[in-house]
Amino acid sequence: MKFVDEFRDPAAARALVMSIKELARSDEFKFMEVCGGHTHTIYRHGIEHILPPNIELVHGPGCPVCVIPMGRVDDAMWLAERPDVIFTSFGDMMRVPGSKGSLLEAKARGADVRFVYSPLDSLRIAVENPEKQVVFFAVGFETTAPSTAVTLVRAKELGVTNFSVFCNHVTIVPPIKAILDSPDLRLSGFLGPGHVSTVVGNRPYRFVPDVYGKPIVVAGFEPLDILQSVHMLLAQIREGRCEVENQYSRVVRDEGNPQAIALLGEVFELRPHFEWRGLGFISQSALKLNDRYSNFDAEVRYDMPGIRVADPKACQCGEVLKGVIKPWECKVFGTACTPETPIGTCMVSPEGACAAYYNFGRLHRETAELVGQSART
Amino acid sequence: MCLGIPGQVVEITDAENHLAKVDVNGIKRTISVRLLAKDNLQPADWVLVHVGFAMAKIDQHEADLTLEAVKQMGQSYTDELSAFTSSSIL
Repeated sequence: MKFVDEFRDPAAARALVMSIKELARSDEFKFMEVCGGHTHTIYRHGIEHILPPNIELVHGPGCPVCVIPMGRVDDAMWLAERPDVIFTSFGDMMRVPGSKGSLLEAKARGADVRFVYSPLDSLRIAVENPEKQVVFFAVGFETTAPSTAVTLVRAKELGVTNFSVFCNHVTIVPPIKAILDSPDLRLSGFLGPGHVSTVVGNRPYRFVPDVYGKPIVVAGFEPLDILQSVHMLLAQIREGRCEVENQYSRVVRDEGNPQAIALLGEVFELRPHFEWRGLGFISQSALKLNDRYSNFDAEVRYDMPGIRVADPKACQCGEVLKGVIKPWECKVFGTACTPETPIGTCMVSPEGACAAYYNFGRLHRETAELVGQSART
Repeated sequence: MCLGIPGQVVEITDAENHLAKVDVNGIKRTISVRLLAKDNLQPADWVLVHVGFAMAKIDQHEADLTLEAVKQMGQSYTDELSAFTSSSIL
């Protein structure tokens, strides 16, 4: 258990791993984490190699950058290249490839694309540039959507007319359902997302045990949190329970953040359908601005092409996002597709499974194999 | 972009518009605390900061744990911190 020494509390980690082994016995378990932050922690700390080999962690569609389909990136590029537009985006989206390159390339070609930390930074740019139209490229799950909602409320209060939002916010429950409905995977349970749950709480996940008979544990981001959550999942299974549990109660309240939920309702409504990279169209899985805020909706304000573009053939982000294959099993992983020249979205965002594995996982895997070999000889 | 980084409230700068100055690892910037309007935030409270918003009130122990964990993320953390540094919200 070499990697355990890197943990904040190695003794606690060792005890948890021992107990996990006892609970797991020799049965096979497959748990999916649906949050990119968890994927990052798992690879960064080599947790897959600390757990017994009969417990597999599968990485799900929890990286909001990774699930944006190519056609939406193309629409963003189309907006960014309008001469009257200042296009603003989180840094993570800048290198996501569309069919005609990325926002970073549009910027290099002369488009006014600016990277912002907060949607409220984007609103400031709008106020300071009244002769320009400022568009904010909104992405993210329920973690980030309330920030866009507050920004829109503020824009309305201030009467800002040259600000709009290209809304690509997605919701966490529909992709979990889609994965549970998919015949590709036989999962034993879920690690529930931490930060999303600070907003939505634990209740939206009740369908996972109630309808699908799988346990789910909302987990924190420390390596010990992940181990403890795996332990809680196994304990549920061994004790014949199946429920939503909250390992991250230090931060996540059962009811979530009712103020943030109310703000989402004030500004957004569900789209009938939204395309997810790799998962296809999922009904009621994304947000759009409602009638009260349609003046701020870039999709209403501009006649965007809105053309659906198939993902690149070589790229297997879809299978990675569904947890059907591991990043390194993709044909172009680490060769044609690297963080510097990404083909697929999973290689772009640091929370994407491919980038996380490229940056950290390979080392752990190679080291683990060496340790295993030397132990056997 | 999904990182939540711990920040300590320095001052409620504009109560009406829910703005507060927070200190993230020595860097002070204004964020919105509108999502925690009912938590009655006070100077010295710790919050989880995400894209210019306080998203959850946390205690100091959790702040220390989270800061240590995000620092280990290396490049993602330094990118997040430089983005926070560049922020100037309305």
